[in-house]
Amino acid sequence: MRVSAGGILNKMNQSSILGRIEEKFSALVNETHSRPGQDTVIINKSGIVELARFLKEDNDLKFNILADLTAVDYWKKDPRFQVVYHFLSLENRFRIRVKVPVRESDCEVPTLCGLWPAANWYEREVFDMFGIKFEGHPDLRRILMYPGFEGHPLRKDYPKTRHQPIIEYRELPVHGSKNTTTYRNKK
Amino acid sequence: MTDHLDHDNTFFEQTGEKEMFVNFGPSHPSTHGVIRIKLIADGEFVKKTEIDIGYLHRGFEKECESSSYTQCFPYTDRLNYVSPLINNFGFAKAVEDLMGLKVPERGEYIRVIMSELSRLTDHLTCVGASTMELGAFTAFLYMMKAREWLYEVIESVTGAHLTVSYARVGGVKADLPATFSEHCLKVLADTSRVLEEVDILITRNRIFYDRTRDVGVMTKEEAISYGVTGPFLRSTGIDYDVRKAFPYHVYDRFDFEIPVGWKGDNYDRYLVRMEEMRQSISIIRQALKTIPAGPTNVDSEGNVIDAASMADLGKSGRTSNLINMEARVEPTLEGSEKRFHTLIRDDNRKAGLPPKDRAYTNIEALINHFKIVMDGHGIQPPKGETYSFVEGGNGELGFYVVSDGTSHPWRVRCRPPCFPIMAGLHNVLEKGQIADIVATFGSVNMIAGELDR
Repeated sequence: MRVSAGGILNKMNQSSILGRIEEKFSALVNETHSRPGQDTVIINKSGIVELARFLKEDNDLKFNILADLTAVDYWKKDPRFQVVYHFLSLENRFRIRVKVPVRESDCEVPTLCGLWPAANWYEREVFDMFGIKFEGHPDLRRILMYPGFEGHPLRKDYPKTRHQPIIEYRELPVHGSKNTTTYRNKK
Repeated sequence: MTDHLDHDNTFFEQTGEKEMFVNFGPSHPSTHGVIRIKLIADGEFVKKTEIDIGYLHRGFEKECESSSYTQCFPYTDRLNYVSPLINNFGFAKAVEDLMGLKVPERGEYIRVIMSELSRLTDHLTCVGASTMELGAFTAFLYMMKAREWLYEVIESVTGAHLTVSYARVGGVKADLPATFSEHCLKVLADTSRVLEEVDILITRNRIFYDRTRDVGVMTKEEAISYGVTGPFLRSTGIDYDVRKAFPYHVYDRFDFEIPVGWKGDNYDRYLVRMEEMRQSISIIRQALKTIPAGPTNVDSEGNVIDAASMADLGKSGRTSNLINMEARVEPTLEGSEKRFHTLIRDDNRKAGLPPKDRAYTNIEALINHFKIVMDGHGIQPPKGETYSFVEGGNGELGFYVVSDGTSHPWRVRCRPPCFPIMAGLHNVLEKGQIADIVATFGSVNMIAGELDR
């Protein structure tokens, strides 16, 4: 058993990352900020694959882990969705968040499956929960919900109380009455 | 329903002439939860697998969106139900980051101690269950025994075995009980003895070694490309541990090491977990030595005072010194004799409930209590978003919380450490035989609660 101390190796300063990205992707980046202490880039969806490749392959950055991929539904705003990526550089201990605004009318983002196989399941989950499609994804189907499920549950306009029983609820006798009732109200 | 069957058929149809289609799960005894592995086998060899998850999906993220921040804590208990305290603290840390709160030092020490106790229970369960599946029933019983002792310690602090809900935004629910240190040290000594016993029984056991060495190998590159973290990543030889890489709470004050393996097989994962448990025990011992002292229930003149006499003082108009006093609370008020106070909880009025003695004795604290508890008031972080992460039992447990400035989170995303592991597991399983699936799957420590949320 080898035991390592595993300390922090900050060769390059994290604060210079945003500057480099702004310089390189000036036409595509909408905004960069570091509130609250976390570097964030908002980029057009046409630039996400290029940016991800740059983050992954640049020798000073080496963001080799796709730590998380999710989406947020800003209902009643335009663009409605934001796909949120969190990258982590194991070697430099850097972190960065990249956000891609997505319109409801054009609910599609290029996939990152080509760069990280990890994106496969994350993107399936975002598709399942928000209905955002990932262009070029090899196997885009539901992952947590069953395939016959209607709608996308984490959209804000999906009511929390809606039931979609796979098997119809059985009618149960009501105690002391001739009537029957179902276990739950149907939608 | 029909396209569900259709999809099953497309996988099923790949079964070749002399191959066999096998359903492993969703309720197989060794799957530690509900998960289904579809596999195509050629004799004993696994040719192709597909993992089907979602059987335990309870809508954690959707529920959180319609709950206040405090109401989310019981849901986080049920993510990784083997180490619920770490989930609690992970979510609390995310909300604290949003609000810019700082947990008082004693509170942070308590969080570290309780997190490490949870890590112990998590690893004990994983190692115990996976050895049992390979026939080592004794080790399982020994480890469950130790886990029960640790759960008793956790129960003495939180009041529950599993559904603890112990964290609060800005600190923890209540202080440690008076006899905590002795009880905990005794249990840790007993647990280390159990670890020694299991070490003697298992580590050099020929059967165990043959069943796990070079089985279920994941390479460094695979682990990185799938975003795997935790003991699984460390078994491949990468020393990434959130506690060292991005120290949170007071982890940077303790002297501990990160065990790493070199092959990334089941045996390495077993060794990494065993060593991590020893390191956790060492962290708890260090923390118990250096934890800042708890409260003293005295008034400004050094006399012990109880809440009723404090109320009497207030009624008779002698209020000048009242704000500096801390009163002993009747057990009936809190439901227990443990207290919460500013040493374990941030005293920011917008996040923490005021101490019970204050709430029962002065009007400002009563209003404060009311404002925190009532629906629509509650904890209201400023608009913004944060991704906050802690080292869970299985790896990096992240919470991405978006606040719109109201008392309900706009979005709570939990990044479960199991999820990337399960996404990459088919690569590992396809290298082996059917019987190895049980060994490999045990060493993953998949927890369906956090995988499916």
